[in-house]
Amino acid sequence: MSREKFFRLLPWVTTPLLIVVIIVVWEAVCRLANVNPLIFPPPSMIWDATLVLLAQPTTWEAAGITTIETVVGFVIAVALGVVIGVVLGKITWLEISLRPLIVISQVVPKVAFIPLFVIWFGFGMTSKIVLVVLLAFFPVMLNVLLGVRSVERGQREVMASLNATKWQTFRHLEIKSLLPYLFAGMEIAIVMSVIGAIVGEYLGGNEGLGYLVVRAMNALDAPQMFAVIGLLSLLGLILYFVVNEAKRFVIPWHESVYGQRENVL
Amino acid sequence: MDINAPAPSPTGDSPATVGVPRLAIDGVGRDFRTKAGITHAVSNVNLTIHRGEFVALIGRSGCGKTTLLRMIGGLLAPTAGSIEVDGRSLWSGSQVDASVITKLGFVFQESNLFPWYTVLDNIALPLELRGVGKRERRARAAELAALVGLAGFEKSYPRELSGGMRQRASIARALSTEPELLLMDEPFGALDALTRERMNLELQRIVLETRATVVFVTHDIPEAVFLADRVVHLTPRPGRIRQIVDIPFGKPRGVDLQTDGAFNDIVRNLRHDLDEED
Repeated sequence: MSREKFFRLLPWVTTPLLIVVIIVVWEAVCRLANVNPLIFPPPSMIWDATLVLLAQPTTWEAAGITTIETVVGFVIAVALGVVIGVVLGKITWLEISLRPLIVISQVVPKVAFIPLFVIWFGFGMTSKIVLVVLLAFFPVMLNVLLGVRSVERGQREVMASLNATKWQTFRHLEIKSLLPYLFAGMEIAIVMSVIGAIVGEYLGGNEGLGYLVVRAMNALDAPQMFAVIGLLSLLGLILYFVVNEAKRFVIPWHESVYGQRENVL
Repeated sequence: MDINAPAPSPTGDSPATVGVPRLAIDGVGRDFRTKAGITHAVSNVNLTIHRGEFVALIGRSGCGKTTLLRMIGGLLAPTAGSIEVDGRSLWSGSQVDASVITKLGFVFQESNLFPWYTVLDNIALPLELRGVGKRERRARAAELAALVGLAGFEKSYPRELSGGMRQRASIARALSTEPELLLMDEPFGALDALTRERMNLELQRIVLETRATVVFVTHDIPEAVFLADRVVHLTPRPGRIRQIVDIPFGKPRGVDLQTDGAFNDIVRNLRHDLDEED
């Protein structure tokens, strides 16, 4: 086996192995030290709780709601982030005059607003979507802004020497240079979106996977809490994977994509 | 000034434009405003270049050779004088005439290929911008890829090519619109010495095949003497022409020329003159 191939296959062997080791050690510690399962349940109990959860239709309903909140909020955040990022990237005086406000609004703990959002938008999905948009918007907007300004000077001069129109320069150069930055922003944004939806449900809701965590906590059901957290992680992982695959499909020419394939070391 | 250039080669131009020089630079200057005041980057340059001529601009860094080339290429407006291509003025004020700039092809020091396009699509880009149909521009780009020695790499992406191959692709891209005038700004400056020597031979072959008129900026004296029909020596502060040297050797020239006595005399004299500047 070539060295390159070895390094490509390595994580497919080590990752499952490590997970198995962690689970076995976890289970052993819980049993041997006789840990109270109310405080720290062993994997076997969490597995049973997961099976119980998956058998209930309410779980799937909750997962659906959380997914919708996450995806809708993410899409709105990306759309807003692209438009505002491009505008601010192109109009320097606007960006400079708004910069202090942007920094402030980024630092503001947006999660603290969720009770207000509940008052304004109710206990339903809207208040959570608003939080998701707020959390996911900034990484997209800031990356797009950076991307708009990061067109290589030499490539710009090529278009100038070819007497390209503004639209041609945008289509062949600017938008292509922007895409890697947009995807970098989207990869952060999808993680923030999941966090936003869950926190929103924790703090002000009666539906969704985040609410199931709160319900399990109120019932002092630690195994079920772990089970819901496991489902949330799975949801986050799937959504991140989708964004990452979209990136590989849209910008196969970019170093962040072909670098993974060709230069494993 | 010296305009006893070699006779224009038969390039199949229409009779109406035969007498007009390919490029006429008349009293061109460029000032830059800096904190220290006004810098005269280029001052009162007069130069006439005829069809099929290969002219090299040499000089130390900061002598204004790149500034001059950027003005000829429509990338930087001159603050004085006029530049005419085939008798038509390139600049009106700081505006560039679109119908004149389309006669030019520009090759930069960096290949500046677009990493999201294949070699073929990079070469075909200027044609696409002009609205040439997909089939036609692909066919033309494939011919050019073969001309510059990139046959078989049409579907490769720029990152898969070596520096020399990337520069070949960028030359093909500049040739795709069949420019009247090819402008090259130290195109081989970033390449290693061996690749550079090969690229010089290749460039000579391509220029002879396409009968292109070339203005070639370099700070490498042997490269200039090897490639050019005339070498224009610019001196800095302000950038102006110090001398124009005719290179008498016939073409095509082989690598052996570089060990020839007459060749080395010209190189030595030019180097001497450049060293004298300070």
